[in-house]
Amino acid sequence: MQSTAHDFKENIGAALADPNLQDSLAKLKTGFSERRRQAAERLPEFEALRDRARDIKNHALANLDFYLEEFERKVTSLGGHVHWAPTADDARRIIAELCRSVGARTIAKSKSMIAEEIGLNEHLESLGIAPIETDLGEYIIQLRHEPPSHIIAPAVHLTKDQVADTFLEHHGKLGFTRRLTERNDLVAEARQVLRQKFLDADVGLTGANFLVAETGSSMLVTNEGNADLSNTLPPMHIVLASIEKVIPTLEDAAVLLRVLARSATGQESSAYTTLNTGPRRPGDLDGPDQYHVVLLDNGRSSVLGTELQDMLRCIRCGACMNHCPVYGAIGGHAYGWVYPGPIGAVLTPHLIGVAEAGDLPNASTFCGRCESVCPVRIPLPRLMRHWREREFEQHLTPKAVRQGLALWAFLARRPRLYRAVTGLANRTLALFGRIDGRYRSLPLAGGWTRYRDFPAPQPGGTFHARWRRRR
Amino acid sequence: MSKSSPLPRRVALFVTCLVDLFRPSIGFAAVKLLEDAGCKVDVPAGQVCCGQPAYNSGDRATARAIACQVLDAFEDYDAIVVPSGSCGGMLSHHYPGLFDDAPALKARADRLASQTFELTSFLVDVLGLSRVTARYPGAVTYHDSCSGLRELGVKDQPRQLLQTVDGLTLREMKTPEVCCGFGGTFCVKYPKISNAMVGEKTADIAATGVDTLLAGDLGCLMNIAGKLQRGGVRVRVRHVAEVLADMGDDAAIGEPEDRR
Repeated sequence: MQSTAHDFKENIGAALADPNLQDSLAKLKTGFSERRRQAAERLPEFEALRDRARDIKNHALANLDFYLEEFERKVTSLGGHVHWAPTADDARRIIAELCRSVGARTIAKSKSMIAEEIGLNEHLESLGIAPIETDLGEYIIQLRHEPPSHIIAPAVHLTKDQVADTFLEHHGKLGFTRRLTERNDLVAEARQVLRQKFLDADVGLTGANFLVAETGSSMLVTNEGNADLSNTLPPMHIVLASIEKVIPTLEDAAVLLRVLARSATGQESSAYTTLNTGPRRPGDLDGPDQYHVVLLDNGRSSVLGTELQDMLRCIRCGACMNHCPVYGAIGGHAYGWVYPGPIGAVLTPHLIGVAEAGDLPNASTFCGRCESVCPVRIPLPRLMRHWREREFEQHLTPKAVRQGLALWAFLARRPRLYRAVTGLANRTLALFGRIDGRYRSLPLAGGWTRYRDFPAPQPGGTFHARWRRRR
Repeated sequence: MSKSSPLPRRVALFVTCLVDLFRPSIGFAAVKLLEDAGCKVDVPAGQVCCGQPAYNSGDRATARAIACQVLDAFEDYDAIVVPSGSCGGMLSHHYPGLFDDAPALKARADRLASQTFELTSFLVDVLGLSRVTARYPGAVTYHDSCSGLRELGVKDQPRQLLQTVDGLTLREMKTPEVCCGFGGTFCVKYPKISNAMVGEKTADIAATGVDTLLAGDLGCLMNIAGKLQRGGVRVRVRHVAEVLADMGDDAAIGEPEDRR
C-alpha cells in the first residue's frame, strides 16, 4: 500500500477534524482498555503469564532458524508445502503462481495484516483474481476502498451509520435494498452476502497468529468463524505468515493465547481458535486438497540480534493502540501505512524507512502506557527512542529542532552562563506577565499558545538565585 | 533500602529546570518537607537539567554529557530527591543505559540511579512519613504523571499524604492515569495532538467539580493550567509539594500574585 506516513502532520489535521472518526475513537478509548483491565484482574496469574509469553517469544527468536526448519519439516511430512519469501515481491509472486496453478478466479481471504503489508489485494486484482475479504471489518473497508485503521478492528474508525450507507450502496444490486439501522441486521446481511462467496472461492487465504513448530500447524483466532470457512471450503488453502510467528510447541501456544485474547478484546478466549495441520487426509470429511504456507521475511531477519529484535515478539493484539492517547486522538489512518499506533511507530520505520516514517516514533509523549499493557512486554518507548537516535544521526531531525537543541545544549553544559540566561528570562517573563500571571501569546511559543495560556514565572528570581540569597 | 540501614539524612535536591525557572516555590516546598522530616538538604550548584530534551530527541551524546555533569554534582549524598517523576525517572531509569560502553561511568550512574527518588515516594517509602502538617480547604483531584506512575510506581504515596491535609478532600477524576499531552518537546512538535489530549484531560478534571488540580510534575501542571485557563475553567493548579508543605496560599500556576 502507498504510504502517506510522510504526510503525518497533514493527516493529523484531517483526523482531528473528522467527526465520525472522533465519535468512533471516543468509544474505542474507554471500551477496549476497560475490558482488558477487567480481564487481567480476573486472572491472578496474568502478570506471570506475560513474563512467560515474553520468554517464549524470546526463546523462539533466539532459535528462529531451528524452529522454522522444524516447522517446514513437519508441514512437508504432512503433505503440505512451505515457500520461503525473502521479500514482499517474492510473496506476491508465489501466491499469484499458486492461484494461477488452480485457475483461481476468486479467493476468500481471512484477515491478514501481512497481506496488507505486501499489498496482496492490489496485486491479485491486477492479475484478474478477485480477493474477497471475509472478516466483517475487512469486508466493510474493502467495499469502501480503505486500508484498515487498527490491526484487530480494521473498521473501528467507522460509525454504524457509515456502515449502513456502505451496505446499502453495495448490496442494493444483490437485492438488499433496505437501509439497516440495527447492528445485528447489518451483520446478518453481510453473512448472507459472504456465504455464497465462500462457496464460490477457488482458494482460501488466511494469516496466522502462530506457527507451531512441533506439529507444523498454523493457528488462527477469530470471533467470526470466517477463517474456518476460508480454510475448509476452497480446494486450496494458503497461509501467509511472517517468520517471527513461529513458536516451539502447542503448550507455548496455550500460554500465548491466554494473554492474546485478554489483551486484545478482554475476552478469556477468542470465539474460534483453529489449528490447520496439513491438507485433507484420506477419510477426512472436509479440508483443502492443497495446503501451502508462505513464510515472509521482508527485513525481519535483519533485526535479529539488534536492539530492535524485541519488536518481533509482537503477537498483534492491538493493546498498545487501544491504550495509546495519540492513537486515541488521531486513529489509525493518520499513521499513513499498514501498522498504526505504538507498534506501527517502531515497525514502520524499519519496513519502509525512517526517512519516510520519521514522524511516527516522534509522535509520542513516552507516556509508557503501551509498554505497561503489552502482553509480551515490548519496550515500545525505548524502540521509538532508537528511531529518534537514528534520525538524529542521519540529520533527518527537523532543522528548527536541531538548532533549538544545539542552543539549549550549549547553555546546559555551561551552568554559570545558563544561570545568567535563565535569570534574565525569569525576570523578563515574570515582569511582563505579572498582571495576568500568564501569556495568551508569546514569541517562538506559537505551538503552545495557539491552544493554551503560558504560565508566567513566579516573580523574585529563579530557584537557584533565591537559594543562594537564602544561604 | 533495608529497614535496618540508617535513614538517608544527607539529601541533595535536584531542582529540575522547570521548577528553577518557573516556580521556585515547588523547590522550597520540597526543601521544607525534607527538613521537617529530619533531613539536611543541599542544592548542588552544578545542576542544570536532567538531559531529557536531548535524550528524547535522539541526541545521545549531549544527553550523556549532561548526565556526566549530574554525576559530578550529585555524588557524596545519601539520596537525591526530585520533585518530578519525569526527571527522577531519567536519573534512576535511563542514566545507566547511557554508559553501557563505559564501565566506570556506568558504575557511578548505577549508584546514582539507586539513590534517586521522586519526592513523595522518598517521603513515604524511604522515610516512612505517614502524615504532614498542612491545611488546604477544598476539593482536589490528582493527575498521575506518566513517568512517576509507570517508571517509579508513584500512585498511592501522594494520595496517602494528601489525606492527612486538614480540610482537603480528594475526588478522583475518571482517567487520572492517562497522559495530559505535555511530553516535553512533544507539545510543541505536535501541538494539535497535544491539544486534543490536554483537552480531554481538562474536561475530565472539570467534570469532577473540584477547586484544585494537583500533580507531581511541573511540565504537566503548566500544560493543564494553560489549557484550563484558556478555556475559562476556574480550577486552580498546584504542585502537590506546595500543598503538602502548607504553602498552598501562594498564587496558583498561571495566576497573578495579587489576586489570590
